[in-house]
Amino acid sequence: MSLADKDRIFTNLYGYQPWNLKAAQARGDWDQTKKLLERGPDAIIEEIKASGLRGRGGAGFPTGLKWSFMPKESKDGRPSFLVINADESEPGSCKDREIIRHDPHKLIEGALVAGFAMRARAAYIYIRGEYIREAETLFAAVQEAYDAGLIGKNACKSGYDFDVFVHRGAGAYICGEETAMIESIEGKKGQPRLKPPFPAGAGLYGCPTTVNNVESIAVAPTILRRSAAWFSSFGRENNKGTKLFQISGHVEKPCVVEEAMSIPFSELIEKHCGGIRGGKDNLLAVIPGGSSVPLVPAAEIWDAPMDFDGLRAVGSGLGTAAVIVMDKSTDIVRAISRLSYFYKHESCGQCTPCREGTGWMWRVMERLRTGDADVSEIDMLWDVTKQVEGHTICALGDAAAWPIQGLIRHFRPEIERRIADNVREAAE
Amino acid sequence: MPKVTVDGLEIEVPAGATVLQACELAGKEIPRFCYHERLSIAGNCRMCLVEVAPGPPKPQASCALPAAEGQVIKTDSPMVKKAREGVMEFLLINHPLDCPICDQGGECDLQDQSVAYGRGHSRYHEPKRAVTEKYMGPLIKTVMTRCIQCTRCVRFSEEIAGADEIGALYRGEAMQITTYLEKASAHELSANVIDLCPVGALTSRPYAFEARPWELKKTLGVDVSDALGSNIRIDSRGREVLRVLPRVNDDVNEEWLSDKARFQVDGLTRRRLDKPWLRRDGKLEAATWEEALAAVAKVNPGNSVAVVAGDLLDCETMFAAKKLAGALGSSLLEGRQTGLAYDCTNLAAVNFNSGLAGIEETDALLIVGSHVRWEAAVLNARLRKAAKRGAKVFVVGPEWDATYPVTFLGNDLSVLNKLPKDADAALKGAERPALIIGGAGLAKGALGACLALSEKYGMVREGWNGFNALHFSASRMGGLMLGYFQAGGIADLVDAKPKMLISLGADEVDYTRFAGSMIVYIGHHGDKGAHAADIILPAAAFTEKAGTYVNTEGRVQRGDKAVFAPGDAREDWTILRAMADALGVSVGFDSFDELRDAMVAEVPALGREGLADYGALPKAGKAKAEGVIEAYPVKDFYLTNPIARASETMQRCSAELLHGEDFAEAAE
Repeated sequence: MSLADKDRIFTNLYGYQPWNLKAAQARGDWDQTKKLLERGPDAIIEEIKASGLRGRGGAGFPTGLKWSFMPKESKDGRPSFLVINADESEPGSCKDREIIRHDPHKLIEGALVAGFAMRARAAYIYIRGEYIREAETLFAAVQEAYDAGLIGKNACKSGYDFDVFVHRGAGAYICGEETAMIESIEGKKGQPRLKPPFPAGAGLYGCPTTVNNVESIAVAPTILRRSAAWFSSFGRENNKGTKLFQISGHVEKPCVVEEAMSIPFSELIEKHCGGIRGGKDNLLAVIPGGSSVPLVPAAEIWDAPMDFDGLRAVGSGLGTAAVIVMDKSTDIVRAISRLSYFYKHESCGQCTPCREGTGWMWRVMERLRTGDADVSEIDMLWDVTKQVEGHTICALGDAAAWPIQGLIRHFRPEIERRIADNVREAAE
Repeated sequence: MPKVTVDGLEIEVPAGATVLQACELAGKEIPRFCYHERLSIAGNCRMCLVEVAPGPPKPQASCALPAAEGQVIKTDSPMVKKAREGVMEFLLINHPLDCPICDQGGECDLQDQSVAYGRGHSRYHEPKRAVTEKYMGPLIKTVMTRCIQCTRCVRFSEEIAGADEIGALYRGEAMQITTYLEKASAHELSANVIDLCPVGALTSRPYAFEARPWELKKTLGVDVSDALGSNIRIDSRGREVLRVLPRVNDDVNEEWLSDKARFQVDGLTRRRLDKPWLRRDGKLEAATWEEALAAVAKVNPGNSVAVVAGDLLDCETMFAAKKLAGALGSSLLEGRQTGLAYDCTNLAAVNFNSGLAGIEETDALLIVGSHVRWEAAVLNARLRKAAKRGAKVFVVGPEWDATYPVTFLGNDLSVLNKLPKDADAALKGAERPALIIGGAGLAKGALGACLALSEKYGMVREGWNGFNALHFSASRMGGLMLGYFQAGGIADLVDAKPKMLISLGADEVDYTRFAGSMIVYIGHHGDKGAHAADIILPAAAFTEKAGTYVNTEGRVQRGDKAVFAPGDAREDWTILRAMADALGVSVGFDSFDELRDAMVAEVPALGREGLADYGALPKAGKAKAEGVIEAYPVKDFYLTNPIARASETMQRCSAELLHGEDFAEAAE
């Protein structure tokens, strides 16, 4: 039941063909985009709603619904904006990078279609600072599209004026949070804003704004061309469509692959990655959705369907579908401790629980790694993660807390063993 | 008006209120660090978390959440208690436990709230963070390790002061608050961040390690460093004033205070006149009160007496001097020391009629000859507010940095006769047009032309009076109410060639013009007036006597006596009373209460605290404005009065912040 080649959206995911406009058009991009736009904004939004597309950035909010929050007309003269989140910094994630460097025109066409549907004046593509070659490609692709009259004034001869700006970030993970991204584009320190007001009411430069992930935008034109029914024929109810999975870690062949949603973990690994290094029994745990979701031990993940609801059922989440596979050679405590360091390093410092809590959690994790701790500190650490979770302005606090919670939930005996070993060694 | 339920109590809150405000209306205390009524909402300390239904099943930051119809808010549930304990613990893990050596101790939000909402013990056993010191200038002492990153100081300097100089560097745990390139914070309201800082990160540098708050006697006073009459609290110990803090008064200074008002008080112990002096053979020599009063008696001026009042005076002193002069048969009184001679027959024409708070409402403002930022720093913050709301501001006079967008119309006052198009259109189209004429405008005789403008643009209309004169001397409005003005200004006094000139702390007068007069100086500092005096009678400064002050908007306010005057110095009214005896006349009062009663009997408005009523503006004549404003009267913001000039802190501010001298201490 895996995805057939004819049903792939990202046909140049591996860069076997050039990324440029000519090659993209040969693959079907920018094909009668004018016709797509002629359906009208509301029809486009309805189609996307019907397709069941959920945001590909991690939270899984229905994309069509998000677009429909944008004002139908400007009552006070403010324009609307589309911001495309290409600040792909989640450890494990690497899908947007493949889209941008091999298939940028899918993204740019998607920007036009989505921007038109939400009546946006322009799209800002915020690309991660470290993506230097990718940014070069994107700049060039946008220029190609301008030169061909596909975007800009009278985009695709549709009579609609639409600009696309590429904005390079400076390498801060937090700028992937939608309001921090807006701050950063405005030239300020990338710190998340308080919500409400939500970006759809007052976002970029105080104007109505929608922030979407690269993948959510890039799939939109294909959905419109091949119909919502086609897209929703993949995956389970409420988890429709195809998705780019990024499998890294201890598999034979790590890869980025487009697959149908809800594919079982085992099938994803066996079919595309050549299986777990050392065989199925060597699997220790999996972080199924990028570093911010809790890990899932081998037994629970093996048959789980890879989608939003399926992974929630095992106490984790789909996130960006960045599957980090860890076999039994992994020092699991150290792995999670390294993630804690990442969150400590990337916390913006604005609000108290995250600023102070991430550092505290990392320091305790480092001691748990070596066993230089007391057993009671495991519970204390659990308590601290609960003090951070849900008390912060943005979700980075939650993201920092969850991996540790996953570790304690599933690997407490391992942590206790290290502490006991440490005590014994000290005694000897 | 949404109805919400707070801890079971149903109340109605104003539309647009936040959940935090709703809780306060219900009488519930919500702990907070970053939230401040006068600053934008940051929502970053997370201390104000409460439980709100409907909403997500997690505590919400009440400061940033709008109150909505039907909300059920809990401020004392287990979830809220735990959330507060958690945030408190996080705030404390990297906060040094140096309360015993911290100047904020005893008035520290973090201390108070950790007692009230904290857990009582720490579970944090890792190394604590340390942050390098940051230099913020001669007024603000920093211990940045104590900073809890509430960003109140950042928001204050950005929003209220309009000086984008404080900000945050780095991120996460490493986040640090600093001024740009560690330059000194160099605007007139900079020290307000000391009050705003909820911990001991930003404290007062001159007051460092001086006292604990519970050792101080707190006296309510009125500031005299400018004509706004900012409400202050004078903190003293023994005979010394240790610091001055602003009091909240939304009509006057909100809760801000200019740096000068706050820090000039160290000048109260320096260069003081603490005994009488007499000029013998051209040299001032110390004397006793008997000798000094005998010298006064010996002048025996008859009715050839004139009184010139200084800038820092209370009404009682001026009234007592007026009575003395009157008893001697003279009415030569003047307070405008530098020669201003505008028409004072109708005080409404020289009053700040819109009110200090009212000026925020203006939508088009013309400023004639006033460097508002230096002449009334706190008022400038209000003008900034008006400008941020969209008011267009035009200035006639030399350019100055207003911190908000301003159109300068040049130095030539003749521009008032026909305003340029944009100014004309803005004032015409405005709903509440306003005008401020300052000292430089009054000096050039622009008052008549300004009154004419006020009529032309209808600045006085239903519920609005936009005609304002902005004075600079704390004693000005009180003096004018007591008759301290002559038609020709101080020139009338010069022309009268008085035998005796009584100078009430007047330090800005050109005394060479009174070469033939015996100058009796009643004041508190050995400044210019004392240098020119023949007889010096040491008096009390504003912190050392009770008094009535009238600010530039005609607001009558009273200050109390905080400390005693040093040495042989006496309260001013007793000196004048003694002079009356020496000169053999009667002034009709023997006590301060009698003096005040007599004053109120003569000028009833001075007996009622609040705005005095000066009636309607006079009809404007056909006055033409002419002349060029070369400069504003205030040449150096930090050194405008004898107290400030005697203050080491103010001298250093002037040298470092205005004249670029380098005092910066290297940060380790």
